Amino acid sequence: MSTALETPVAPVNQPEKLTKKALTADHPTWCPGCGDFAVLASFYKILEKRQLPQENIVTLAGIGCSSRFPYFVNSHGAHFIHGRSIPLASGVSLARPDLKVFVFGGDGDGFSIGGNHLEHGARKNVNLTYVIMDNFVYGLTKKQTSPTSPIGFKTKTDPTGAIDQPVNPMKKLISAGATFIARTHHTQVNHMNAMIERAMEHEGFAVVEVLSECVEFFPGAFDSGNPRKGGEFKVIEEKKHDGTPEDLSRHDVTDESAAYQLADLPFPGVFGVFREVKRPSKNTLEQKWIEASRAKFKNASDLELLQQTFDRMK
Amino acid sequence: MRSLLPPTTVCDESPSSTGNRADLRPQKIRDAIIRLAGNSQDGIQSIGGFLARLAGRSEQEVMTYMTIPSTISGGPSIFQVRIGSGEVLSAGDEADFLVAFYQHSYQDHVVSLREGGILLYDSDNVQPDLSDKRFVYVGVPITGLTVEALGGTAKDKGKNIFVLGLLASIFHLDVDKLKALMRERFASKDESLVNTALMAFQAGYAYPVGNVLNNRYQFEKLEKSGRPQVTMDGNQALAYGLIAAGVRYGAAYPITPWSSIMEVLRSELPKYGGLFVQCEDELAAVSMALGFSYSGHLAITGSSGPGISLKTEAIGWASMAEIPLIIVNVQRGGPSTGLPTNVEQSDLYQAIFGGHGDSPRVVLAPSTVEDCFYIALEAARIARQYSTPVFILSDSALATRIQAFDEPDLKSLMLEAKPDLSPRGVDFRPYPLDQITQHAPPGSKMLGGKYPIVTGLEHDEHGHPTGSPRLHRAMTAKRRTKLQKLAGELPPPQVYGDEEGEALIVGWGSTYGPIHEAVKLGRESGESLSALHLRHLNPLPEGLDKIFKRYKRVIVAELNDEGIYGYGQLATILRARYGDPHIRSFTKTDGLTFRVKEILEAVLKIS
Repeated sequence: MSTALETPVAPVNQPEKLTKKALTADHPTWCPGCGDFAVLASFYKILEKRQLPQENIVTLAGIGCSSRFPYFVNSHGAHFIHGRSIPLASGVSLARPDLKVFVFGGDGDGFSIGGNHLEHGARKNVNLTYVIMDNFVYGLTKKQTSPTSPIGFKTKTDPTGAIDQPVNPMKKLISAGATFIARTHHTQVNHMNAMIERAMEHEGFAVVEVLSECVEFFPGAFDSGNPRKGGEFKVIEEKKHDGTPEDLSRHDVTDESAAYQLADLPFPGVFGVFREVKRPSKNTLEQKWIEASRAKFKNASDLELLQQTFDRMK
Repeated sequence: MRSLLPPTTVCDESPSSTGNRADLRPQKIRDAIIRLAGNSQDGIQSIGGFLARLAGRSEQEVMTYMTIPSTISGGPSIFQVRIGSGEVLSAGDEADFLVAFYQHSYQDHVVSLREGGILLYDSDNVQPDLSDKRFVYVGVPITGLTVEALGGTAKDKGKNIFVLGLLASIFHLDVDKLKALMRERFASKDESLVNTALMAFQAGYAYPVGNVLNNRYQFEKLEKSGRPQVTMDGNQALAYGLIAAGVRYGAAYPITPWSSIMEVLRSELPKYGGLFVQCEDELAAVSMALGFSYSGHLAITGSSGPGISLKTEAIGWASMAEIPLIIVNVQRGGPSTGLPTNVEQSDLYQAIFGGHGDSPRVVLAPSTVEDCFYIALEAARIARQYSTPVFILSDSALATRIQAFDEPDLKSLMLEAKPDLSPRGVDFRPYPLDQITQHAPPGSKMLGGKYPIVTGLEHDEHGHPTGSPRLHRAMTAKRRTKLQKLAGELPPPQVYGDEEGEALIVGWGSTYGPIHEAVKLGRESGESLSALHLRHLNPLPEGLDKIFKRYKRVIVAELNDEGIYGYGQLATILRARYGDPHIRSFTKTDGLTFRVKEILEAVLKIS
């Protein structure tokens, strides 16, 4: 007598719970001591905490040391061309509201070759989380001047020291209209976790600049913001709207000119949320238009719609 | 040289002069070429558009040709419409009928009027040389009568519609159908606009043109079986072809003559639940389109030459990462800003070879307005099946040309493509060496637990970066062999004319009409001529060498420069492909489409 055998189920290696182990992919190609390791650890930690469906996480990047990020995260991801990760990510975000879109990159990718896209991604308020690991130098190509290199910094392309005024990332983002803007430091793990997590919760274009040291080509660049190296990590105190006298001097994250003032403080400046405002995302606005268009045509099928158009052309 | 095909083919000799002009029976014609010459703000395009759409509704063949200045407003402009009761292949070399609104319109375009042709001119503005006896002169005070008909405030706006009324009377056009078209056209605007238009039309139609013109004409009725016709321009056909192909997402940046495709898609796609985004620049546009495609929705980006140059790096990524993408290039004259409103086929090399590295991609070229629709369907099919970038090389002649064609059978053609988010098995690899890549879009569960990265770095089968010589060789071959496989699946090209013989004209793109008309006329006058029109330019279909061998001469006719070595772009590629010294080249670079007689003369001259 034959017993009906159940079809053996293929072993499924995907764990129920999203763990750091499940999220770990290739070993990073970064130099030992690179600040980007801390950002990667922070990202694992947040994803572990948030327990997003693994298949809905997307990590995208352009070109640079930090832009290797997607290879090190076990999620869907794409390693794109230099400077264009924001429009790529905008496409993914706009077409697939079910996904959680993360973009990683450096200062060259974001502020130099991709500077225009940063402006327009922010202006359009596309829904995504963008973490910029700013090390003030081009690392992958071995020490050329970056758009954030301070004046006087000696590189292979500025052997007598950089002469061009560096980009002020916070001011650039404020003027472009990014709706969430924060700044943090790779050595301040808890602060960094909090900033990236808040960016992730934000509906709209959310950017976190992480000062992430390049130990190879610009060691000590951010010591002045690191208490363990004798610096000071000054955190922005945000308004609590509790009516107390102390609250008057706290930062209002919806106040644009106050954000500019913070951005103008001398290096290493302050860390925390510069700006957090509500403005409809492009995703929302486009979806509204789609829904209005669908309703206007009474949710006609694709065939009906095109047939109607062709009938008008007869 | 006069047009070889007498453009007003008389097929019914009716009495041409009687005492009473009102009793004139219209002369039956099969074909008429009407050139409207004025300034771009006069609305001559709309007269042409109405005539083209009327022909489409009357089951006639129609083709238009338009030049527009690249200035914002004003400047001389022409619209030529050829209506035929038989097959219309080109917009015609010489006009039978020239409508001149201004002195400069007359001076610049009288050369395009055939001997015996009719010059209809605005006698308020034009003083023709009446001593030139080659033409028939019909002067009508168009400006004055329009102002009179519409009242003072309209000035001479509406004279285009007045002329439409005149033409309706001269050609015995179907007035009810024309009025219906005008109502449709203006209905969305102000009701008074419809009335004004109808008034201007009526004034033109009622004008006693019989006092100055002996003949009236009427197009022969041709019983056409088959589907009703739709009338549109090449850019519209391409846009609706993409919609039929299930393409729901796209991104671009405005540029002439591409922009009208993005305008249509921007308005239309939301109705289908899709989206078209105008980006900050060309780089963002191609990148966003790749984002759409990567997310599982095959996307389209497009531009004209300068914009395609900017997109090139990202298109290389699409080749390397094996992401499907449709790139439309509505070619114009180049290089650099070049001739923004003229036609040229000089971006073939760019489409096939543009960019660094070995980056194979598919290149298709539509031959007619109708083909713009079908090529979009084919491009989408190939892009999806082979996970590859696909170029569609249109050009400014096709973009603005209006043609009527049999309505496509949408029911059997429409595709609704949804991203495949099904879970992928444990052995899923994004870049398998033994298969054509089919990506797992984000949102797809990976049962093996390992999620894929798509990448522009050379990679192994799992998408890991690699510098391995063996893998670079194998992956380069993988990206190439899929297109070789596609070549084997392409339909064998069809020869028009003699199956073997003296000369074969090879063409591609918008020159289909003039080339085929040249072959038709040449054969009618006893020449052994054939034509072969390529829609698939990269990869080429198989079997071309066997066809070429059947002819003494193979002449590739294209609108680009002969280059340093004396051969146009397609000619160079065909010579490199087949090593066949019999392949000759005929090129031109005046920014205008081929005239039928140019092709005939050149082909008969080249030995």
